[in-house]
Amino acid sequence: MQLFPCPFCGSRDETEFHFGGEAGKVRPEPAGETDATRWSRYLHVNANPKGATSEIWVHDTCGEFFLMERDTVSHAVTGSKSLRAEER
Amino acid sequence: MSPKRTDAAAGAAIPFTFDGRHHEGRAGDTIASALLANGVRIVGRSFKYHRPRGIWGAWTEEPNALVDVSLDGRTTPNLRATTEPLVAGMAVRSVNAYPTAEGDRGAFLDRFSAFIPAGFYYKTFLWPDWHLFEPRIRAMAGLGRLDPDNSPAADWPQINATCDVLVVGAGPAGLAAAMAAAGAGRSVILIDDRPQAGGSLLHRGGTVDGIPGAEWAARVAGELAADGHRVLTDTTAYGIYDHDLVCAWQRRPGRADALWRIRPKRIVVGAGAIERPLVFADNDRPGVMSADAALFYLRRHGVLVGSRIVVAANNSSAAAVAGALAAAGASVTLADLRADATAPEGVAVRKGAAIEAVHGKRGVEAVTVGGERIEADALLVSGGWTPTVHLFCQARGKLRYDDALAAFVPGDPVDRMAVAGAANGKSGLAVALADGWKAGGGEGAPPDSADTEDAYRVVPAWPKAGADGRQWIDLQNDVTLKDVALAARENFRSVEHLKRYTTLGMATDQGKTSNMNGLAAMASITGRSIEATGTTTYRPPFVPVPFGVVAGRRRGQLFNPVRRLVLEDAHRAAGAIFREYGGWLRPAWYGNGSEAEEVAREAGLARQTVGILDGSPLGKIEVMGPDAGALVDFNSYSTLSSLKPGRIRYGFMLTEGGVVYDDGVVSKVSDEHYIVSCSSGHVAGVVARLEEWRQDRFDPARVFVHNSTLQWATLTATGPRSRELVAALGLGVDLSDAALPHMVFAEGSFEGGLARVARVSFTGDRSYEVSVASSQAHRLLAAMLEVGRPLGAFPLGSEALLLLRAEKGYLIAGKDTDGTTMPQDLGITGPRDKRRDEFVGKRSLFTDNARDEARRQFVGLAVDGAEPLPTGAHGVDRSGGGRRSIGYVTSSYFSPALGHPIALGLIESGLSRLGETVEVVHLGRALMAKIVAPCAFDPEGTRLSAPDGAAGTTGPDRPATGVAAKAPPFDRGKRWAPLPDWRSAGLVRDGWTAKRVPGLGQTLVSGRLSEAAAALCTGATEVGLFGIAGGSPRLVRIARDRALIVRDAPTGGAPATNGPGFVATRADDIFAVFELGGPGLRGLLAEMVTADLESGSRSAAVLACGVPILLYRTAPDRARLHVEAAHAAYLWRWLETRPAG
Repeated sequence: MQLFPCPFCGSRDETEFHFGGEAGKVRPEPAGETDATRWSRYLHVNANPKGATSEIWVHDTCGEFFLMERDTVSHAVTGSKSLRAEER
Repeated sequence: MSPKRTDAAAGAAIPFTFDGRHHEGRAGDTIASALLANGVRIVGRSFKYHRPRGIWGAWTEEPNALVDVSLDGRTTPNLRATTEPLVAGMAVRSVNAYPTAEGDRGAFLDRFSAFIPAGFYYKTFLWPDWHLFEPRIRAMAGLGRLDPDNSPAADWPQINATCDVLVVGAGPAGLAAAMAAAGAGRSVILIDDRPQAGGSLLHRGGTVDGIPGAEWAARVAGELAADGHRVLTDTTAYGIYDHDLVCAWQRRPGRADALWRIRPKRIVVGAGAIERPLVFADNDRPGVMSADAALFYLRRHGVLVGSRIVVAANNSSAAAVAGALAAAGASVTLADLRADATAPEGVAVRKGAAIEAVHGKRGVEAVTVGGERIEADALLVSGGWTPTVHLFCQARGKLRYDDALAAFVPGDPVDRMAVAGAANGKSGLAVALADGWKAGGGEGAPPDSADTEDAYRVVPAWPKAGADGRQWIDLQNDVTLKDVALAARENFRSVEHLKRYTTLGMATDQGKTSNMNGLAAMASITGRSIEATGTTTYRPPFVPVPFGVVAGRRRGQLFNPVRRLVLEDAHRAAGAIFREYGGWLRPAWYGNGSEAEEVAREAGLARQTVGILDGSPLGKIEVMGPDAGALVDFNSYSTLSSLKPGRIRYGFMLTEGGVVYDDGVVSKVSDEHYIVSCSSGHVAGVVARLEEWRQDRFDPARVFVHNSTLQWATLTATGPRSRELVAALGLGVDLSDAALPHMVFAEGSFEGGLARVARVSFTGDRSYEVSVASSQAHRLLAAMLEVGRPLGAFPLGSEALLLLRAEKGYLIAGKDTDGTTMPQDLGITGPRDKRRDEFVGKRSLFTDNARDEARRQFVGLAVDGAEPLPTGAHGVDRSGGGRRSIGYVTSSYFSPALGHPIALGLIESGLSRLGETVEVVHLGRALMAKIVAPCAFDPEGTRLSAPDGAAGTTGPDRPATGVAAKAPPFDRGKRWAPLPDWRSAGLVRDGWTAKRVPGLGQTLVSGRLSEAAAALCTGATEVGLFGIAGGSPRLVRIARDRALIVRDAPTGGAPATNGPGFVATRADDIFAVFELGGPGLRGLLAEMVTADLESGSRSAAVLACGVPILLYRTAPDRARLHVEAAHAAYLWRWLETRPAG
């Protein structure tokens, strides 16, 4: 059972999180100017690296989507970063 | 002379039976020690050859003494006799033996052993078919018998804990490590799998810090516990998982076992070492035993395992055993492979001598050593020590072979883990103490052992290729040296292949005594070094762990909880039969008749009078803020922002792949406030996708998503007399069709609270959805039934609703659509063709595949006769010669209103094939159906706004078919206990109490929280996870930009506020609030929450018992817990059924 660091809540059990996709994917737009290959790559093609990876995760209990750096082999989590500024 | 006790019995005798014979043990006995004391030598038959086997070891490594134990009418199979405490009245049965281990009828099998070597089932018994032989062969092999009635109570707690240092093993090294860590101010959990701390000190003796080792161990453990550290005995750390989660199984005498989930910052493994057998011919005879085990039985249980004993060893550790046994009165000969071995007093020694033969078929009678026959009734063996490195290896540590120790020891260290003592190859009391002290971070001098002892010395004595006789390597799985040679000959030379081919190390003992000899044998046979041969992979669990420990309390009603309606008690009182729909327990129909009768009655009546449906689970997701319109537009297939306030639009949400994810209606309250009503099972998913796009695409300071589903209860009046019913409620809403036409909503009030009345229809008849705060739901239902009585109003269940909507051809996403269905397949192409802006899934609607004319499309299917098509039946096309599926039936009913069957389906090119006939096949039957428009009932839609009044029967009143009238209904309401009576709900338990806190004011706020607080709750105390907020109001933090304002009294005011930079919605009824209190609070929460409560997490939102809650305190020993109201009954039951202790 892994521990993931939510940038706001801190360390929590992995059951509180969901995978949101690989980081850095940009939605191709507008639809009318996006060829099928590019769209297909956006939908279906992932780098799925062995080793260090950068991913978007969501912390279900607080709802925050954030960036997490981790290693797919060792499962070591090297960091997480909020994608937004804090509201006070 | 058989084995005997060396001291007088203390306390009363403990009677038990073994294979039907009566015996007596004594206090402190394990089953194994009691059997030995009673002279029982054959305790079981081997797995494959039915050879007689005796007790080898004294603890978890035991390969032979597996027994089925019956106690209190319950039988537990395959327990290790060596670890199981003896209890009066136990009936102990040997495994794989009939009728008894002593007189086993399967013993003849051993004579056929030459024909059934390793892997025989791959090669023999193949003709004509292995399956002819398999049942008999399986019956002859194997272990204990399952007791079908053994269903332990679901009361096995799982306890979450954190600590600075977890020490596994309370032997000398572990105790020294724990002392050192505690002395440095660290919190410690010390675990040991034996009933008391001490490890080897308890039977091998020695003095520490000037006192006997056992006494020292008890003192250290006692001091640790007194200082607030946890000392868990009878507890096995059986596995380490990702990110240093250590799982430990705790046996608790007189109570259910527990699972500990421990998150330490650092781990010290002081798990000791296990004595290995020496491998020689017939080394499996009863009476051949681990030398250390014999010492254990002598010192711990007062059992002398023989009177004429030969001790065979290759290392220095056995001399102490020989000496102790001689001192206890046995005649002892020590055969030590080491030429320089020394003999203790009273022991005859044969230096450099090996065991050449074991005599006696059913047990040791004599031994040949160095050509000399020695009469003996026990042969004690020490083949060296194997460090217990399981946790280290599970944590991906790599081993190093140490020639001097003839053992694998931990290699390069693993982060946050130290291995100490015998597990680290550091034997000897003083050495182990020092090693443990260092591993625990100790400074200064370690605990002192004055004993001067010889360093551990060993000469390797591994199995040798080609040795004669039947030399047993794995006793539990009956693997011999010849089997290893056979595997090598057939090229299964890797240890992993060796394991799988011969099953060496695969038994319930996982090769604790056999793996090293097995891989050494393979090394010898293949001419490789032991290090190059390597070990197999270590995986959890270290010992067999009961499933109940892993499952914990997640059984029955605590497994996968359904959501519960606030009106469930009222539905039960009205005679509802319940089923699960989209994760909710909802009324399927009402009444005592058969399903077919009652559903037909309700569906028929709904077309004539007015039905009242509980639609509360339908999503009510509020999207608010300046960019709310942009977000809902992007999320939806249809444009929604173009609606006028007060209007409603039906539409789809697509995945990025263009597939219909959900359908529903969206109400526009204002330009900055939309309410998304999705299907009940999709609420969490729709909230998640709205939240994702909100944060990933929009300015999260300008749009907010609040899930208000549970705040509002929705009762739908549907049918020709629905307007009359709603009018009689007096909500203050103009119900004329001019003021409130279809797809428009209005706000009124019910008993002083807001009531929203929405004209939407899922039945095709005039319908009004009336939504009020959930706390008013009972009053509203009562009022609707009361005013509806003269109108013929009746409660309407979900099954009839499903039928009514199917008559109208209204789809259910996920039932009438599948993972390929796009909006054009449903005949809705407007947004695709017209929308210029981006929306989720847009590009996917323009792929070649999406534009294929032959896609499966949503249509109706009409049949002749009275029998509905089977749901799931496939439409087939035979044009290619064969049979090809062109789609299938998704929904099918007998329509009481129409008097004939109706069906919906997805059929290739269906939309352009209206009027054509297709063949439909189901379970070998071929039927014909005509492709028609989905809507079978009132295709003109005149009934939506038909004049008030009862409608005549629209079709012939025919009996429904298909379901046997007398079949008892499948009622999921019986699985779930009725809702607690919240007015009186309260629990008083030993150490803790729980009660429901009613009447709090709760407001959900998002955005700039400082401004929200200034506007709505000045002076509020902000509180996060398990933080303490003394007084009202409290700002309970949920997320970076979200919080719940909690007041001690209801707030009233507007149900939704769009403030400057923030939004607020009423949440009084979203969460049920429990107060937990008492000195046992922390222990209670440790079983509910996996998160570290002391971590100071800023968000009070956390998972508890698998459901999301908000958790904070109002005083140091008083916690408040806000749980979504639909999960309140589940959480309450969890609390209510929590076992004591």
